[in-house]
Amino acid sequence: MSLVWTMVAKRLGLGLLTLVIISLIIFSATEMLPGDLAKAILGQSATEETVAAFRRELGLDLPAHTRYLNWLLGALQGDFGTSFASRRPISELIGMRLGNTLALALYAAAIAVPLSLALGILAALFRNTVFDRSTNAFALTSISFPEFFVAYILIFVLAQSGVFPSMARIDATTSFGDYLYRAFLPALTLTLVVTAHMMRMTRAAIINLLASPYIEMARLKGMKPMRVILIHALPNALAPIITVVALNLAYLITGVVLVEVVFVYPGLGQLMVDSVSKRDIPVVQAVSLIFATAYVLLNLLADVLSTLSNPRLIHRK
Amino acid sequence: MNILIALLWIAVVAATAMGAGWLFRGLVVKVARGSAARVFRTAPLTAGFGMLVILVYVLVAVFAPVIAPFAEREVVGAQFLPWDSTHLLGTDNLGRDMFTRLVYGARNTVGIAFATTALAFTLGASLGLLAATVGGWLDQVLSRLVDILMAIPSLIFSLLLLTIFGTSVVTLVLVIATIDSTRVFRLARSVAQNIVVMDYIEAARLRGEGLWRLIAREILPNAMAPLVAEFGLRFCFVFLTISALSFLGVGIQPPTADWGSMVRENATLITFGDITPLLPAGAIALLTVAVNFVVDWMLYRASGLKE
Repeated sequence: MSLVWTMVAKRLGLGLLTLVIISLIIFSATEMLPGDLAKAILGQSATEETVAAFRRELGLDLPAHTRYLNWLLGALQGDFGTSFASRRPISELIGMRLGNTLALALYAAAIAVPLSLALGILAALFRNTVFDRSTNAFALTSISFPEFFVAYILIFVLAQSGVFPSMARIDATTSFGDYLYRAFLPALTLTLVVTAHMMRMTRAAIINLLASPYIEMARLKGMKPMRVILIHALPNALAPIITVVALNLAYLITGVVLVEVVFVYPGLGQLMVDSVSKRDIPVVQAVSLIFATAYVLLNLLADVLSTLSNPRLIHRK
Repeated sequence: MNILIALLWIAVVAATAMGAGWLFRGLVVKVARGSAARVFRTAPLTAGFGMLVILVYVLVAVFAPVIAPFAEREVVGAQFLPWDSTHLLGTDNLGRDMFTRLVYGARNTVGIAFATTALAFTLGASLGLLAATVGGWLDQVLSRLVDILMAIPSLIFSLLLLTIFGTSVVTLVLVIATIDSTRVFRLARSVAQNIVVMDYIEAARLRGEGLWRLIAREILPNAMAPLVAEFGLRFCFVFLTISALSFLGVGIQPPTADWGSMVRENATLITFGDITPLLPAGAIALLTVAVNFVVDWMLYRASGLKE
């Protein structure tokens, strides 16, 4: 028992280290700027005094490691500094949007995960039939499509006839039912993008096991094929399935950027894209840090869960 | 009823594509001689179709000025004109000819994506092969560096880097190539690691071959098959990333004709039931599907199941 927990602790430690290094990379982004940051923002016409005052305001006169520590400690408490473009605190800009983005990712995951597991299991059950081949071909094609193509096809097919709104107008007063309705198209786009990969991995993980002697035994007992797959094959296929599900959830986190822009969904991704075109570096840094943290945490979760799903590792002699 | 018609359309398109693939494969088999003809005869129809599509894209990209009826940036009429005989696909949001921009887009978008992939490959593969051959601390340093860079989601990382270095074609190519070279490095290193332990590498080392010769003449030829397949896949990813960034407005900048930004500029038409903005997006999707088909076939051949 203790062995597996030391393993988990090691993974967590490694994940934490990765996060610290990533934050260092994101912070040093401003250091890599060619020339002086204050001059770059204020432009060529700024006088010496304004530049000096601005540098003091940003804390640019402090040494780099002090600034990094201040930034990181602030970020841990939810204080990311102020935006260059709007001069408002970044936490204010992020606040509501972070919730929206997480809600969208969760919404998409709530559709995509059950759907792809069911499709994968069915494809494994009816392997090499027309059903299997057509889901497979569909999956391969949807992987090759750019996200915005999928999104616009959905708008063309579903929104243009007025069934669903093509713009996701969400604010604090939107009720839950309304939210589900208005955010349906963005969530469906994300679902279509991630389902293919999860479905194919589920199918492959199950089919890999079907040649094992214990499955043969179950089949020879006269068990129904569906039962063989659900009770005997699926538990042993869990580790790869969990990994691929978590990987795709991590992918969802970055996939939202494009989808949010297409559907004008008020989330972090849109804020990031806006800030990139305005070159609002503190905002981009803050949002990058949030996205990267979510990405690393999900990958870590996948690692830990797939370890824990293997009883041979937990009950090691 | 609508769904039935849609399914019928999908079936017709699939059948036409496979027919075109079959015709193209027949043509290639006729033209090619010797072992090449034998290789192509066994190609699946999907691969035939993929190669046909890639060939068409290359031809369009090369002969863009001949095919296009207008100049790339020329304003030729009112905004958002419908399809007619002079403006085959109508005009865009500034009154430029849509068909012309689509043709030039093949040159710009595909060209830039190809250059980026080539750069990512040169960088990633040479460092990966070097790390595997030399080993030791160089390998450790490079591998840990790549691990860290790969822990940051690539779209987010490229957005961050583009904010810092500004959005121009050169920075776009450099940023995407650097980020994607980490993925190439991983593959090249793991492939080469299986090769450096072979006896013939030992023999070559004893013979006194230098590092450069060892990599270029002994290791690279044996690592070629997986690397070529990876090149195809990597091209798809790079192509999709660049289109996505252009779509977001931080990639290839106007007035250069580019498929990603063309979708963005004309997206309003979709809500009015006009499919024109979907054409550039479709052009992106078709090329990725085609490359994937060809790569699938190459992987199958490289896996040793060819005879």
